[in-house]
Amino acid sequence: MTGGGVKVWALHLALIAVLFTAQFWLSPYHTTNLSRIMVLAVFAMGYNLAFGYTGLLSLGHALLLAAGMYAAGLPAQLWGWSAGPAFIAGVAGGGLVAAALGLLALRTAGVSFMIVTLMFAQAGYLTLLYFAPVTGGDDGFAVAAASRRFLGFALSADTPRFLAALAIFAAGLFASLALVRSPFGRTLVAMRENEERSRMLGYNPFTVKLAALTISGLYAGAAGAAYALLFGYVGASFATIQYSILPMLYVLLGGAGTTFGPFLGALLMFALIEVASGLTSAYLFFVGAALVALVLFAPKGILGTIRERWVQWLP
Amino acid sequence: MAFGPFLLLALMEGLVTAAVLALAASGLSLVFGVMRVVNVAHGEFYMLGAVLAWAVTGFIPGLPALAFVAALLIAPLLVAALAALADGLILKRLAYDPEATIVATIGLLYMIQQAALSLYGPNANPVRAPFEWRIQLPWFGYSGYKLFVVIAALAVLLALWLVMTRTKAGLVMRATQVDRTTARAFGINVDRVYMGTFALGAGLAALAGVLVVPIQQAHYLMGGDPLLLSFIVVIIGGLGSLRGTLIAALIIGLSDGVISMFFTPTLAKILATLLVAMVLVFRPQGLFGARA
Repeated sequence: MTGGGVKVWALHLALIAVLFTAQFWLSPYHTTNLSRIMVLAVFAMGYNLAFGYTGLLSLGHALLLAAGMYAAGLPAQLWGWSAGPAFIAGVAGGGLVAAALGLLALRTAGVSFMIVTLMFAQAGYLTLLYFAPVTGGDDGFAVAAASRRFLGFALSADTPRFLAALAIFAAGLFASLALVRSPFGRTLVAMRENEERSRMLGYNPFTVKLAALTISGLYAGAAGAAYALLFGYVGASFATIQYSILPMLYVLLGGAGTTFGPFLGALLMFALIEVASGLTSAYLFFVGAALVALVLFAPKGILGTIRERWVQWLP
Repeated sequence: MAFGPFLLLALMEGLVTAAVLALAASGLSLVFGVMRVVNVAHGEFYMLGAVLAWAVTGFIPGLPALAFVAALLIAPLLVAALAALADGLILKRLAYDPEATIVATIGLLYMIQQAALSLYGPNANPVRAPFEWRIQLPWFGYSGYKLFVVIAALAVLLALWLVMTRTKAGLVMRATQVDRTTARAFGINVDRVYMGTFALGAGLAALAGVLVVPIQQAHYLMGGDPLLLSFIVVIIGGLGSLRGTLIAALIIGLSDGVISMFFTPTLAKILATLLVAMVLVFRPQGLFGARA
């Protein structure tokens, strides 16, 4: 996986270039959808670093997404912060909450880790509901247009929004590519494959996993903040269990432990739901069926299977 | 009302919650204990029990007692059959891998919930209690049906305990729980034990759903709270320990009754979830479970 450096970077640059041109040949409706998909893909890339590479199956990532969303949205709402500082606050918020979550939850592993993260996320969601006068509860609140400005551009307009989403997505993609190709990235995979052996080689599993989860939280925070600032809505519904399941679904579909997997999964799932909800209102049924089918028939996801069969150098 | 009777009312309400919870949680605990499967769709089996009870009683109008007895028999059986099917089609093929089964049961949860929404609809529907009978206490009247729920739940749990400790089927299940490889070597059909256990666990959840539906209306989203509370009960009681489950259900049910009467239910839930997370982090074997 470390081989083919130029080829790999070129492939990633090509994806970003294609996405950049998308704004010229997609309808405004689909451009907005693509912006949303890229933001959710950032969330899923963070999830992939924890789950796909490090083997931490968390059911509480909605907490981190909501942390970023509120850390960006509340200062904007209460003190009129502009988009730049609010975004940074959101990224930091996601990372901080992830680190705190990790300090407690990483004392457990496997099934217990899943339930502990689920419980903390649920407590976080209920806390957001409890403080509804400030957080807006399930209804949420709209972020004021004055805060949705960056370097003079209104992020609520189609083109700046798309470019901002693309920039965040590209930064996340290249950062994760650099990360998984670095020695630290190899350590993450070692944790997933055999924790005991890595411990024997002198690595501290707790610190490595804590670092992975914190980075994952930075991604989730960035996605949450971007969602708040680009789409102008902050609400407790983003802290529900659904938003912990979604990134898992994207990653499983696209391929866990592949750099493109989260984006591909988000894109395909979005398209599937779009098509399904055109046919029937019962789109959740397809989400459920997709989860079951994936785990039964393609546990490695699309890109995982492609890498295994044909393109071994795929990162 | 004075403080004393108020507290008594809160405790009685808590006891009803505890009884229903103990039933639902014992199913979850059984499935985890024997199969090591965390069934996230457990709350949906509970919801299906309630919805099917509404459907069954709809077929027999006019005779609430007869209709309810029919629902009490038919709904859990149907749900158990569905669970057995899910076990054979999905869980067995995953070789009961703990993480894969969680993902699969999350998928199952979505499918069942959406099916209920599409077929049953978004409305909450009431089911008539089998009998209208009130106990008149000096301070307030209390529904006799709620007391029946407590007694019925106790009877079912007693029966479950007898089955697990006194019958061959219980022995086979416990043997599989302790060591499935050795159990297989002794000629136990482990696949069938797993299918039976999963069906039994789902049936218990459905039974709890049927019992609760005259108190609380049937709604397609009603499975969320019992799932969370069952998790809490099973974890605090120690995963796979039936006695711990019962004690924990009492603690959680009674404190839920008291806290929700004097504080907001949301705060009660926040405290309970945090408590559980902390128990799992610092005392993973549960408060009453033996170290595995």
